[in-house]
Amino acid sequence: MKTKIRYCGVIAMILQGVSGISHAADQDLRATGKQVFDRWCVHCHGDGPEYPGTVALQALYKGAKPALLERRTDLAPAITGQFVRNGVSIMPFFRKTEISDAELAALAAYLAPR
Amino acid sequence: MSLPPGVTERDFNLALRQFELAVGREWVFTSDEDVALYRDAYSPFWNEPEDRVASAAVAPQSVEEVQAVVRAANEYRIPIYPISTGRNLGYGGSAPNLSGSVVLDLKRMNRVLEVDDRNHYAVVEPGVSYFDFYRHIQERGLKVWIDCPDPGWGSVIGNALDRGGGYTLGMYRNHFEAHCGIEVVLANGEVLRTGMGAMPGAKTWQQYRSGVGPYIDGLFSQSNFGVVTKMGFWLMPEPEAFRSGVVGVPRHADLVPLVDTLNYLENTGQMTGMPFLGSPVLSANMAGVDASPDTVSREPPLTLTASPEDFDAYTKRNKVPAWTVELRFYGAPEVVDAQWAAAKRRYAAAIPGATFTDLARYEMPLSEEQLQQVHKVAFGIPNLSIFSLGARSEMNPTPTSGHVWFSPIVPRTGEAVFEAQRVLSAAVADLDTPLIGLVALPSTFWTRAFIFIIGFPISHDVEANRKVRAAFEKVVRISAEHGWGEYRTAPAFQDLVMSTYSHGDHVLRRFNEALKDAVDPNGIISAGRYGIWPRHLRKP
Repeated sequence: MKTKIRYCGVIAMILQGVSGISHAADQDLRATGKQVFDRWCVHCHGDGPEYPGTVALQALYKGAKPALLERRTDLAPAITGQFVRNGVSIMPFFRKTEISDAELAALAAYLAPR
Repeated sequence: MSLPPGVTERDFNLALRQFELAVGREWVFTSDEDVALYRDAYSPFWNEPEDRVASAAVAPQSVEEVQAVVRAANEYRIPIYPISTGRNLGYGGSAPNLSGSVVLDLKRMNRVLEVDDRNHYAVVEPGVSYFDFYRHIQERGLKVWIDCPDPGWGSVIGNALDRGGGYTLGMYRNHFEAHCGIEVVLANGEVLRTGMGAMPGAKTWQQYRSGVGPYIDGLFSQSNFGVVTKMGFWLMPEPEAFRSGVVGVPRHADLVPLVDTLNYLENTGQMTGMPFLGSPVLSANMAGVDASPDTVSREPPLTLTASPEDFDAYTKRNKVPAWTVELRFYGAPEVVDAQWAAAKRRYAAAIPGATFTDLARYEMPLSEEQLQQVHKVAFGIPNLSIFSLGARSEMNPTPTSGHVWFSPIVPRTGEAVFEAQRVLSAAVADLDTPLIGLVALPSTFWTRAFIFIIGFPISHDVEANRKVRAAFEKVVRISAEHGWGEYRTAPAFQDLVMSTYSHGDHVLRRFNEALKDAVDPNGIISAGRYGIWPRHLRKP
C-alpha cells in the first residue's frame, strides 16, 4: 500500500515520540499535541452539534466508540497520521506547512492511548 | 518527481537549488508524498489524468524570500502558483490550474502586522487565517470585529482575492471591496504597493484606497499578475448591540415588494446587517424563517413547480407566510430598535397582511451562553460548522468527498428570483447528478445583487464526477443565456466561465491577456487562473 509506505517515516517519528523517552518529555509532547489539536482539529472535532467531525463520528459509530476524538482510547499514532495526511470524506489532508511532521507526532501522541 | 511543462530537468534542478537557497532546504518539497498534499482535496478530476497536480512546492516566510523565489522562477521559466492558506476548498484548494506548476505556499507568512482599533483597519500576510486573525484580536482585547466567510480556516487575503463574502455589515461583507492597500511581488521580483502605499513613508495606506492615477487593485484579484504579500482591510468597530426580526408576507406575488422594500432599507443604511430570504412553503427548515413550533403539523413543503395559486392556497391552509426575510441590525441599542420599528412600518405600508416576529436582541459583549446560541459568523466569529454540508450525519449516512459551487449572480428583484427559480429548477431537474441543498432562494451576501448558490457533490468516483462536470457546464451555459454570470469558480471551470463573459468578441479576456503579456512576459505566475493564459500556453 502506497499510503502505508508514504507515512512510515512519520510513524517512526511518532513511535520515537511516545516510547523510550522520559515522562517529562512525554508530557511536553502531549502538551504540544494538545496545542496542535486546539489549533487545527477542534474546529470540526469539538464537543457539540455544530462540530461536523464529531457529528460524523457519532453517525458512524452510533456510540460504539466516543464521537469525540479526545475521548477515544484506540487511536494508535499511525491512525492519526493516516487521517491527517490522507483525509477522509470531506475532511481534507493537511500540508506540512500547516501541520509539520513534528507537530503531527505530537498530535498523535496526544490522541494515543496512555 | 514530475517536471513543469516545457522545462528541462537541468533547469528545474537549478531552479530548485535557487529556491532552497532562498527559503532553506526544508521548505522546498519535492518528494511524491509531500507534493501529493498539494492536490485539490475536492477535485472534480480526482484520480483522472486531467487532475491538476504540482511538480514541487516552495514555502517562503518573508517578502524577500518571495522575491528571490519569483526571480529564480522567472530566470528558469518555472510556472509557479501562489496559494495563501490553500483552503479554498470547492474552488481549487491548493492545486494549480496548470499541472506541473510549483506551488508557492505562503502559509508560513502568517503575521498579523497591524490592527488599529482607532481607525479600524488591519494589515495581514497571506498565511493568516480567519481563526488566526480572530485570535490575534481577542488576545489583545481590541474592539474590532472581523468579517469572515463560513469556513474559518481560509486566508483573509486569499478569500478577498477570490472575492469571497461574509455575514456582517454590507460594507464589510464583500471582502475584496473591504480591502485598502495591496503589496504585490511582480513577476520580475519587484515589490509594488498600491494606493497610498506607493508613496514612500505614506501615513494613510489603509485609510485612503486609491492614491493617485489608475486604481489597479482589482487587477490582483481572480488573476495572475503578481503575488500578493500584504493587504490592508477595513474592520467594523465592535457594535453596542445586535437585533434581528423576521418579516412574513402572505402571497406568492408579495416577493416583489418584499425585495423592493429590502433594497430600500439596505441601500439607505436603515438595515445594516445581512438579510436572509426564506419560504416556509418551500422548506419547513429554512434557516431564520420559521419562528413557530408547529412545523411538524404542516403539509409537506411544495416544490418550485407549484403554481402561484397552489402557493397561496398552501399558505392559507397552513397559516404560514409565502416568503420571509430576516433583517439584522448592528449599532446602538436604541438605534437598532428604531431601525427595526421603521422597517416594520415600511413593510406594513407596502404589503397588506405582512407579519412581524421579533428575534434575538443582544448587547455586546456576548455572554458565554449567548456565544453558543448565535449565528457565529454574523458576529465575526470564525468556525467550520459549514462542513456539516455533505459530511456524514444521522440525516446523511453517505457523505461526499467534497463539493463545487455553482453561484450565478442575478438581479435583486422579485421578478428575477421567480425567473431564476423557474429556469434553474428546470435546468437541474433532469441532471444526472444529485445536488447539495435546494434551488429555492438566493443568498444576500452582496448588497446590490442576489446570488444563487447550488452545491454539486464531489466524490472519488470517476463516473460520478464526470456527470457533475457535465451538469456544471450545462447550468453555467443556461445561466449565461439568461444573463446570469458566475461570480467565482474552481480552476476546472474557469476557462468555461470566462468564455461566457464574451461581450465584444471576448475583449475582456483579450485585455487580460495583453496585461499578462506585459507584466509577466514569461508567463510564470498562475498560468490559466480565471482563464488568463500566458502567450505560450494560449489556445488558438
